Amino acid sequence: MIWYTGKRLLQMIPVFFGATLLIYFMVFSLPGDPIAALYGDRPPAPGVIEQIRAQYNLDKPFIVQYLIYIGNFFQGDLGTTYSGRPVGDVMAQAFPITARLALLALAIEAFFGILVGLVAGLRKGKLFDTSALVVSLLLISVPTFVIGFVLQYVFAVKLGWARTTVSSEAPFSELLLPALVLASVSFAYIVRLTRASVSDNLNADFVRTATAKGLSRRRVVGVHVLRNSLVPVVTFLGVDLGSLMVGAIVTEGIFNINGVGGTIYKAIKLGEGPTVVSFIAVMVVIFVLANLLVDLLYAALDPRIRYAK
Amino acid sequence: MKIRRLGIPAIALAAAGALVLSGCASGDTPAEGDKASIITTNGSEPQNPIIPTNTTETGGGKIATSIFAGLVSYTATGETENEVAKSIESDDAQNWTVTLNEGWEFTNGEAVTADSFVDAWTYGAMFSNAQGASYFFDDIAGFNGEADAELTGLKVVDDTTFTVELASPEADWPLRLGYTAFMPLPSAAYDDMEAFGENPIGNGPYMLDGEGAWEHEVGIDLVTNPDYDGVRKPANGGLTIVFYASQDAAYADVQGGNLDVLDAVPDAAFESYESDFPDRFINQPAAIFQGFNMPYYLEHWSGEEGKLRRAAISMSIDRKEITDVIFQGTRTPATDFTSPVIDGYSDSLKGAEVLEYNPEEAKAKWAEAEAIAPYTGTFDLSYNSDGGHAAWVDAVTNSIKNTLGIEAIGKPYPTFAAALEDRESDALTGGTRAGWQGDYPSLYNFLAPLYQTGAGSNYEDYASPEFDALLKEGASASSVEDATAKYQEAQELLLVDLPTIPLWYSNVTGVWSDKVENVVYGWDSVPLYTDITKGE
Repeated sequence: MIWYTGKRLLQMIPVFFGATLLIYFMVFSLPGDPIAALYGDRPPAPGVIEQIRAQYNLDKPFIVQYLIYIGNFFQGDLGTTYSGRPVGDVMAQAFPITARLALLALAIEAFFGILVGLVAGLRKGKLFDTSALVVSLLLISVPTFVIGFVLQYVFAVKLGWARTTVSSEAPFSELLLPALVLASVSFAYIVRLTRASVSDNLNADFVRTATAKGLSRRRVVGVHVLRNSLVPVVTFLGVDLGSLMVGAIVTEGIFNINGVGGTIYKAIKLGEGPTVVSFIAVMVVIFVLANLLVDLLYAALDPRIRYAK
Repeated sequence: MKIRRLGIPAIALAAAGALVLSGCASGDTPAEGDKASIITTNGSEPQNPIIPTNTTETGGGKIATSIFAGLVSYTATGETENEVAKSIESDDAQNWTVTLNEGWEFTNGEAVTADSFVDAWTYGAMFSNAQGASYFFDDIAGFNGEADAELTGLKVVDDTTFTVELASPEADWPLRLGYTAFMPLPSAAYDDMEAFGENPIGNGPYMLDGEGAWEHEVGIDLVTNPDYDGVRKPANGGLTIVFYASQDAAYADVQGGNLDVLDAVPDAAFESYESDFPDRFINQPAAIFQGFNMPYYLEHWSGEEGKLRRAAISMSIDRKEITDVIFQGTRTPATDFTSPVIDGYSDSLKGAEVLEYNPEEAKAKWAEAEAIAPYTGTFDLSYNSDGGHAAWVDAVTNSIKNTLGIEAIGKPYPTFAAALEDRESDALTGGTRAGWQGDYPSLYNFLAPLYQTGAGSNYEDYASPEFDALLKEGASASSVEDATAKYQEAQELLLVDLPTIPLWYSNVTGVWSDKVENVVYGWDSVPLYTDITKGE
C-alpha cells in the first residue's frame, strides 16, 4: 500500500514537467501580441510596448521563457500577471473559494445522488424510480447556464431567499445556490450510475448468499449491495472533483464568483503564460491526488481489490 | 453592500480596536447614516495600479476620475468646468498660462501646487516610465517618444502658476485636461509608483476607505473626501465599485437589490430592461463610434474604383433596421465620424447621404466600379469573436450580399490580439471592425488618431494631404468655433473617401435601483456619481 502510494506520487514529477511545458507552449503559440492587445484600439507611444514586453520576458524565445518560469517557480516565485499582481496572490484568492464551492457541490451531489439512486434501484419500475429517471434526464439535457439563470431569478431576484451574487467573504450560505447549480448535472449522472449498479448487484450471487444466511434486509442493502455499488460512483466523483474545480466558469460568471475557472479563462484570453501554467500545475496535482484517492478507496470498498508491491 | 478583504480579520480587528480607543474622544467617526448613503455601482478590475498616466481603460478610469481632481472636469454634456484651475489662458493657442485655485490639498495633507501637475506630467511623458497614456503629452514642447527627455514646454512660475508651450497651436487643448492622464500627483507617489498605485492618494471628491480598500478582482471602497471643495462635491456618503466578470451578474444584482447603479445593460436584457426598470433606465448615444475599415493595400479598394466601391458598400447597409433588430435600439445609426454627445457633431454634413440605405444608388456605384475593374472573390469582414460581434457582422454582410449580389461573409478571429496582429502587419483580406471611444469630448480626438497620415490607430493606411491640412488648420484655429468648422470640412472629405464605413454610435444603457435618485450619465457613459443621492 505505501509502496503503491509512493510510486504513484513519484509519477507526478514527469506529469508536472510535461504538463507545464506543453501548456506554456500552447499559451506561447496563441496568435497576436498580448501586450499590444491590452491597449485595444489606442496604441501607446512607440517604445512603450517593447519595454513592457521585455519586462515580462516576452521578447525572448519560447524555451528561455519557460526555463525562466520554471527556475523562478522552484524559488517560490510564480511570476506576475500583466497588471503586476503576483500570481501567488491570485491563486491564494481564487483557490480557496473554488475549493469550497467544489466541495459543497460534491457533497450535495454525492449525498442526494446516492440516496435517490439507491431508492430508485431498490424500487425499480415503481413511480419513484420513473420520476427519478425523468428528472435526471431533464437535468442532463438542460444546459447549466439555463439552470443557473432560472435558479438565480427565482430564488434570489423574485423570492429574495438568497443573495443574487456571492460577496467576497463567500460564506457557505451564499455558496449554496451556485453549488446546487454546479451539482445538478453530476447529481443526475450519480443517480443513474447508482441505480444501475444497485439493481445489478441485487441479483448478484453474494447478495443471494447474504440473504440466505438470514441477514436482515437492512444489512444486506446497507453493507453488501450499497458498498459494492459505490465503486463506479466513486470513480465518477474523483474525476468530477477535477472538473468542478476548473469547469465552473459558467456558474462562476452567473454568480460573480472570482474563482479558478474564470481566472484561467481570463488569463488565456490575455495570453498570460505564468498565470495559466501556475494554475494548471496545481490542477494537475489535484487531479493526480484525486485519482490516487479513488484508487485507494477501491480497495476499501471492494475486498477483491488489493494493491501489491 | 460593503466589501472586505478575504483573509483580513486581523486588520479589521486592529481597525475596530482603534475605533474603540478613539471612539470616546473623537466625534468624526462616520455615523451609521453615512454608511447607508454609499452608492454601489459596477466596474471592472483595473488593468494596472491606479497611476493616472497609466490608466487608459474604463475599469481604472472610473476609479481615477473619482479620486483625482484635475485642472478641469466635465459636465454631463461634455462641457469643461474649471476644477483645480482658476484659469487656463492663451493669446496664440500655443503658449498657455495655467493658474490654480489656492487651498487644494491631497488627502495626505500635501498642498496641490503647480509642481504637482508639472511633475506628474513629466513622469507620464518620460520614455523609460513606459506609461500607456504618454502620447497625451506628445504635443508639449520637448516630448520625445524614443528616449528619455525633459518636457521643456512646462515651466513652473510660482506655486499656483505654470506655463505650457505646445509644439504647435491647438485651440481646443484645454478640452483634454479633464482626462485622467492630466491629473496631479502628490510627491509621495514618486518614491514607489507601483505601491502608490495600490493605495493612491488623490485630491478628488472621493478617497480610498483606508489601506487595502481596493480588493483585487472584487471591488474598491471609496468614501467622500471631507476636504474636497470643488465643483463635484458628493451628495452621498461614498462609492463602492464592485467588479463583475459578466454584466449579466451585475444586472441580476440590481434586480436583487444588491447594486444601486449599472452603466452597461447586458445584451440578454435588451428586450426587458425598460419594463424591468420603468422610469429608472437610460438609453442615449454615447461617445463611442463604430464602423469598419477597408484597407487601402487591397486590390479594388483604392483610387477612384475604391471610392465607388466604398460608397456602394456603405449605401447597401440598412443601419436603421440592424440597430433596431439586432441591438433593440441601443445603437444610433451614424451620420458622421464622431458622436452626438460631442460639441460640433452634425447630422447634416455635405455628402452624409452616403450613410443612408439606398440599394439603387449602391448598385449603380458598384456597377460603375465594375466598369473600371471587375470584382472577383468574396467580400469578408473580420472581427474578434470574443467580443460579441458575430450577430451584427452577419447582419451587415447579409445586407451587402442582398443588395449588391456579391458573396459577403464575416471572418472571425479568436481574440482581439489575433485580429490586431493581422491589422498591424497589413495582412487583412477584407474589411475589419473598428471602434473608437472618445478620451475627451472633442471632434479632434475622433479624427486625428484614426485618419491622419501615419497616426497610431490608422492601421489601414489612409493618407490624404487635404484631410491632414484641414486637421492642422482646425487645431491651430484661434477659436473653438473656427476649429469645429474645419473639422466638419475634414469629415466631409472622409465622407467622399470613406477610409472607414461608419455604422452607428453605441448608446449608454443603464438601470438603477429605487434606492437612489438623481442618476445622470455623463458624456463618457459613466454616471455622475457625485450627484446621486441615496436615502431612506
